[in-house]
Amino acid sequence: MVNSGRLTLRQEDLQDFVRGAAFLGTGGGGDPYVGRLILQQEMAKGAEVRILPLADLADDALVVPVAMMGAPTVMTEKVPSIEALQRALDEVARGAGRKVDALIPLEIGGINSTMPLVVGARGRLPVVNADGMGRAFPEIQMVTFGVYGCPISPVVVANELGDVVTVRAVNNKQGEDLARSVVVRMGGAAHIALYPMTGADVKATAIPDTLTLALDIGRIIRTARAERKRPEVALCDHVSRLPVPRTVKVLFDGKIVDVRRETKGGFNVGSVSLDGIADWQGVFKVEFQNENLIAYHDGAVRAMVPDLITLVDRETGEPITTECLKYGQRVKVIGLSVPPIMRTPEALATFGPRAFRLDHDYVPLEEIR
Amino acid sequence: MRIGVDVGGTNTDAALMDGAKVVASVKSPTTEDIATGVIGAIRSVLKEAQQDPSVVRTVMIGTTQFTNAFVERKRLSEVAVLRLALPATQSLPPMTDWPEALVNAIGRNIFWIEGGYEFDGREIMPFNERQVLDAVRNIKKLGIRAVAVSSVFSPINPEMERRAQEIILNEIPDVKVTLASDIGRIGLVERENAAIMNSSLADLSARVVGSFREALINLGITAPFYISQNDGTLMSADYVERYPVLTFASGPTNSMRGAAYLSGLKEAIVVDIGGTTADVGVLTHGFPRESSVPVDIGGVRTNFRMPDILAVGLGGGSIVRDGEDLTVGPDSVGYRLIREGLAFGGDVMTATDIAVAAGHVQIGDVARVKRLVPDRVVDAALDIIHRTVEDAVDRMKTSVEDVPVVLVGGGSILINRDLRGASEIHVPARSAEANAIGAAIAQVGGETDRVFRYAEQGRDAALASAMREAEEKAVSAGGDPETFKVIDVEELPLSYGPGDAVRVRVKVVSDLVQ
Repeated sequence: MVNSGRLTLRQEDLQDFVRGAAFLGTGGGGDPYVGRLILQQEMAKGAEVRILPLADLADDALVVPVAMMGAPTVMTEKVPSIEALQRALDEVARGAGRKVDALIPLEIGGINSTMPLVVGARGRLPVVNADGMGRAFPEIQMVTFGVYGCPISPVVVANELGDVVTVRAVNNKQGEDLARSVVVRMGGAAHIALYPMTGADVKATAIPDTLTLALDIGRIIRTARAERKRPEVALCDHVSRLPVPRTVKVLFDGKIVDVRRETKGGFNVGSVSLDGIADWQGVFKVEFQNENLIAYHDGAVRAMVPDLITLVDRETGEPITTECLKYGQRVKVIGLSVPPIMRTPEALATFGPRAFRLDHDYVPLEEIR
Repeated sequence: MRIGVDVGGTNTDAALMDGAKVVASVKSPTTEDIATGVIGAIRSVLKEAQQDPSVVRTVMIGTTQFTNAFVERKRLSEVAVLRLALPATQSLPPMTDWPEALVNAIGRNIFWIEGGYEFDGREIMPFNERQVLDAVRNIKKLGIRAVAVSSVFSPINPEMERRAQEIILNEIPDVKVTLASDIGRIGLVERENAAIMNSSLADLSARVVGSFREALINLGITAPFYISQNDGTLMSADYVERYPVLTFASGPTNSMRGAAYLSGLKEAIVVDIGGTTADVGVLTHGFPRESSVPVDIGGVRTNFRMPDILAVGLGGGSIVRDGEDLTVGPDSVGYRLIREGLAFGGDVMTATDIAVAAGHVQIGDVARVKRLVPDRVVDAALDIIHRTVEDAVDRMKTSVEDVPVVLVGGGSILINRDLRGASEIHVPARSAEANAIGAAIAQVGGETDRVFRYAEQGRDAALASAMREAEEKAVSAGGDPETFKVIDVEELPLSYGPGDAVRVRVKVVSDLVQ
């Protein structure tokens, strides 16, 4: 995808990209299959998507995230509409009184990684190589843009019929709540554009290089599978050499012996338990609320939100979403640390363990044991 | 009495049953025209039992013809697709991810119409009769004989698809219409794919059902006949003419159902070891557990009822390679086993030769095998064979407890020890014809899969209406309401869904009305 200093995303990159996005979805974020198909369809018309490095972004550029909000199951029926995403985006531009210069993913994990690419492919807009979550989170105020002072409003919610609702909320959480109720009325899934930012805002608040990280992770998993190697080794090596180095840890290697699920307040809440394989002993447990939140080994915490906890198939390295977990699967549990921008006190107040009602103070992945 | 017939790629098996008793079972070669092979198999099973055709009250047939036709892209009909969804879903036209060769075989005749539903049953847009009529007149002009109709959230409300069907049949009375809501589950792309696949088999299904009918008349059998489907239940011949796609995985399903019957077990793991692979599946309530993930058929993603089968590369013909790391399979000599295996005078060491050398079984030139295969290799290969089956069984188990294992298929001779994870091992008699027996004992089924809002009607009322819907489907497939049995209830909450929206899947089975 690197092409003489310019970055472009091409059709042949898509499988790798969505695999990496699913990995970064950390168990949630929705199945990127539909997103990939839409993007593939759009790119088959000859469009490429230009990926803009954060450093190349002009400080006075208008940058807007576009995304889907709502239930992933609804998105498998009433699939995302490029027109509706565009309408939401246009409305934000109208409010700002100028045209949009670049798009950015709100969330790199799962289906939302593909939405700005789809709009970018159609409208020939570049997509900034960064995002606001570095993974998947369940709510739209759980983004670094908001954590570091960018207002969520206006949140423009649009459907395929042409309805456009603009929410101007007094704070970011209120923006989530009000937009959510509009989304429900629009059929449980809708298209949003929000957090209009300047290039300077984005440079100050976004998590850098996550589009390329998704692509790299997807490619590493595919290559490891083809060469019958262990993907975590190559992953570990790769993230340690990033400009902002990260840590990859195999937290456990085991077999699923129990999966519990229930709906609580509109969320898919539950846990998965594993027994060790090979040298791994004891009982491992991952608790999730749409995304995997915390992992325990024999009762001791091994990783917690916002660090990523992803279950991958032991043989293929393919990431597994919480909906697809079932007894008997052989999985590896992989932890990936998040960069410092996601670990400050204000970031942790928004999406740290206590924001998910977990009674733990955050301990970084690399400092546990 | 009833006759079960399983038409496989190599053999056509037949079993004659009297109540719960297998009177006779035979294997005969599959023929190019299928019908001749079916006639041959039924004749020889009647002959073996010394029975007259007039004793046969019901015939059940399992066939892989439709799967093969679709995968090989042969004899497919041209299809028109009506999608009632505008202005939604435009970003993903029908057949977006299909292999080009397949699209060429059935055409890309797509008609976009306003309509569809939200998950809570509200209309996205009202049904547009005018648009449907325009599309149908176009289809008529094009001379297309098969139409697939699809709509957003049609499992929640099939009304718009049904109204479209009325208009289509009114304009072109003898066209074959498939409604996606009649076949698939939640997931627009996968459900629509299944409907288009089904439409593409419209001509073939009429011919196949016609040839089965003719074969039975030739034999002097006037009894009704049924065809088995993916989940191990039966469809009437008319129903198969309309929904051939539902037969796609009936082969492994029938063999599992046969294993359940022959072993008398309803909860077990079935290991069907053939020449090249071992197919491992799970029986719950005597039926195969279904796959919960989308299944790819001929390069097309679908989500209709398919058994959850794990195939591993271990069979009677698996090649055994001696070396630093001794290996068994995954490649196999397949049907060439009877020429290339050591026991048959060939020079390839196969899993069957290991069984012969170990003395599990007497096949071919036992002395030659014992001379050529060292004890060390026998022990190591048997370890691998057992470990492969143990791992596959363990992967398919649903809980930690040991479960009974039923071994069927010719390759079951490879297993002679206890298996870790197995509470007991059954190797029933007549296990080679488990397929045909599975077809002969089949019942009819009905299924619901849609979203309910527990906050509105309460969980109990929602589950009750899901069951009622499933029962209605079973009755329309020929089921006897007196014998209903619920065999599966699954509740899947929609995350972020309001009003406790839950996707409910219910499956019932019943005996055929006599």
